[in-house]
Amino acid sequence: MNHGKPFAIVLAAALLATAPLFLNAYQVDVLNSIGLYGLLALGLNLILGEAGLFNMGHAAFYAVGAYTAAMLNTRYQIPILWTLPLSGLAAGLFALAVARPVVHLRGDYLLIVTIGVGEIVRIALVNDIFGMTGGANGIFGISRPQLFGIVIRRPQEFFYLIWGCVALTIVLFLRLKQSRFGRALNYLREDEVAAEGSGINTAYYKLAAFGLGAAWAGMTGALFAAKMTIISPESFNFWESVVLFMIVILGGAGNIAGVLLAAFLVIGLPELFREFASARMLVFGLVMIVMMVFRPQGLLPAGGRRFSLATLARGHG
Amino acid sequence: MMEAPPIVSGQPNTVSIPLLVIQELTKTFGGLTAVNAVSFAVEKGSVVGLIGPNGAGKTTVFNLITGNYRPDRGRIEFGGTPLAGLRTHRIIALGIARTFQNIRLFQRLTVLENVLAGCHYRMRGGILAAMLRLPSQRREENDGMGRALKELEFVGLRQQALALAKNLAYGDQRRLEIARALATQPRLLVLDEPAGGMNEQETEALIGLIARIRERGITILLIEHDMRLVMRACEKLVVLENGGKIAEGAPEQVRRDPKVIEAYLGADDEA
Amino acid sequence: MEEFLQQLTNGLAVGGIYALIALGYTMVYGVLKLINFAHGDLFTYGAYLGLTLLTSLALTDRLGFALGVLVLVLMVMGLVAVLGAILERVAYRPLRESPRLSAVVSALGASIFLQNALMLLYGARFQVYPDHILPTATLNVFGLYLPLMRVLIVLASVAMMIALYLFIQKTRIGAAIRAAAIDQGAARLMGIDVNRVILLVFLMGPALGGVAGLMVGLYYGQINFTMGWVYGMKAFTAAILGGIGNIPGAMVGGLLLGVIEALGAAYISIAWKDAIAFLVLILILIVRPTGLLGERVADKI
Repeated sequence: MNHGKPFAIVLAAALLATAPLFLNAYQVDVLNSIGLYGLLALGLNLILGEAGLFNMGHAAFYAVGAYTAAMLNTRYQIPILWTLPLSGLAAGLFALAVARPVVHLRGDYLLIVTIGVGEIVRIALVNDIFGMTGGANGIFGISRPQLFGIVIRRPQEFFYLIWGCVALTIVLFLRLKQSRFGRALNYLREDEVAAEGSGINTAYYKLAAFGLGAAWAGMTGALFAAKMTIISPESFNFWESVVLFMIVILGGAGNIAGVLLAAFLVIGLPELFREFASARMLVFGLVMIVMMVFRPQGLLPAGGRRFSLATLARGHG
Repeated sequence: MMEAPPIVSGQPNTVSIPLLVIQELTKTFGGLTAVNAVSFAVEKGSVVGLIGPNGAGKTTVFNLITGNYRPDRGRIEFGGTPLAGLRTHRIIALGIARTFQNIRLFQRLTVLENVLAGCHYRMRGGILAAMLRLPSQRREENDGMGRALKELEFVGLRQQALALAKNLAYGDQRRLEIARALATQPRLLVLDEPAGGMNEQETEALIGLIARIRERGITILLIEHDMRLVMRACEKLVVLENGGKIAEGAPEQVRRDPKVIEAYLGADDEA
Repeated sequence: MEEFLQQLTNGLAVGGIYALIALGYTMVYGVLKLINFAHGDLFTYGAYLGLTLLTSLALTDRLGFALGVLVLVLMVMGLVAVLGAILERVAYRPLRESPRLSAVVSALGASIFLQNALMLLYGARFQVYPDHILPTATLNVFGLYLPLMRVLIVLASVAMMIALYLFIQKTRIGAAIRAAAIDQGAARLMGIDVNRVILLVFLMGPALGGVAGLMVGLYYGQINFTMGWVYGMKAFTAAILGGIGNIPGAMVGGLLLGVIEALGAAYISIAWKDAIAFLVLILILIVRPTGLLGERVADKI
């Protein structure tokens, strides 16, 4: 089984990379949605999956990023892809400010507070906070992104932009997982008291997880704004946070492949069964209960890190 | 970091320099006094046992030392540094490491990862270094891994390095907690009932392990109910009852103390 | 002054509804240490069941307003209580020994399921309580003209809270519930059937929540399948405000939140009305997470 695994991953990647060649524009657009949700879920996975912090307000960070990008682009004509780091920074800083006073709260309390934060952000956007968010109508007229002189417009073009970001994220997050930082988040999730008692500054890592996960949501927000050219508060409502939460839990909290698989299932499957679209959430609700009863660790659970025997031998010397 | 030269086992503590000093330590929980004006010192290089019936306040003293609780009154000094107001991870960084009465491992992580937690605060690499996989970060990771494996070797768990912590036998889990604590390179190791749940053979091995830890120059403060272990491993005992200190001294002397005998007999009556 | 008193009484009526829902959160939390995320949806079921029974059985036409509504209340209480018990059996009991996260996720799943089942049954649009049944009369209370429905809701919710309080404090079953909330293990040793206590809590909480749903239908006249989550969040805020697990706390918290919200909407901004409750929630969790009447307990390490 272990020999088949790298092969399966290579096959899936190759299939995905060539997908725009044999899929129609609509189907590619679905893949783009999956990619965006995948990016958001990978960010949330740092907070919820790796660090075990119940964040049900991820859409708020997504919104801060998207609105930052949209405002910078429409008001100051900054090219939309240039706004990516700024959107990430804005969302990350916002998350730090919000999380700081509440991050010590225990599991389900943190969940409720983050729901509250998400709603406050949405209400603030609807009420046209600072007179800059366009109220319920949102912001429109966001310009198309340009990369190496090519204007990105068609779904096929967006596909490579979005999935390029996903690929980069996978590489970076896998490296992070294999590091002191990644391990610290896991210690936090497994046992906070023991982590602090092993010399880990748990308060710092909780905030860092929130900041980094939110920064990723913020950058994804900028991509979303670029793809849609128009954004409004309803794209960032409570249910977006719920869907993201669900993707991480169903996929296997702390497992990157599992999270991406779940993004495919949760976002992609309803597109295959469009006649039952209205029953989508009903099924999700049921799946959440059934999963928790029969397979709480998710589809692809996070295991311990693999260390090659060579590393072990070297370490031993 | 340079360690002091190891104290050879059996060498008596002719000069007793206190490493940990506890003075008039008091902690109450909602009107219940868990620890009441307790004072004692732990000399550098010694093994000190904190004993007493259940509910005497022993674990609370430990939690006060490692900053899990804030004392209401009194002071704790470690190597001359007052610990008041420091958060736990800062106290660990000063050189105190601990294990827990009800084993607290990172259950779903490997044995190796558990020990790497102890190496954490001596490492530097942050988010960016990890994402860019800088050479310095890789070197640091390798060094950490080496240190973790050495500690596993030391407690005899090298073979299980890649097993999940939750799959270890009970006694092995206790030893893994000790390895994790040792990985922080402490000057003082605080063990909360290290022999709890162990059989006779495992306890015997534990006594040997404690001796070897001591040979490394690490001072030990432990809570234990197993009297054979306490009598053999410790050179000083501090006895608590109902939150207050009722005796302190060499094991033989404490064992004959009428107050101690009464406290233990009283507790046995209830049991 | 007139305006202020109108808002105050309106706040008390809404607060009474919040308090009734909050009792369900707080009782379940007290015994199981679980936030029953689906509780707000049981409240919605109360509103929908009330509407269906009211229109299909024509209770008020046959029995007159007072008796008709009374029968309706009892039927809604019974049906929603059964739903609550089923919810406990299916979504929570299998997870009693699981980590908290599992139960929380299952609760969320149950919430999503219940809400969408309702949407598929009734459609996504607002449903309207037939307005010819609702009394539009106003009462003159010391020169203040108050809608009859508002007065009835305040009186009914306060009466139910007092009844619950007496039940919990004065009866043997109530004592069993209190014992299980303090220490399940000890309660079991004292011969209390904890499973029965949990079942009871999942009958009583949803029954009160269901009545609250019916009250919203009767008070505002229109209901929606998603309303449970807003009311649920606010009622949960009320429970936290009063100190979760604490029954008088839920009552005080509910009434207080209703008044804060009504006055905030009137004197600060109606557009930010929903945000006020969330702000209260966040502030109370930062400043005093044990709530107004809660007690601080040290974590065991």
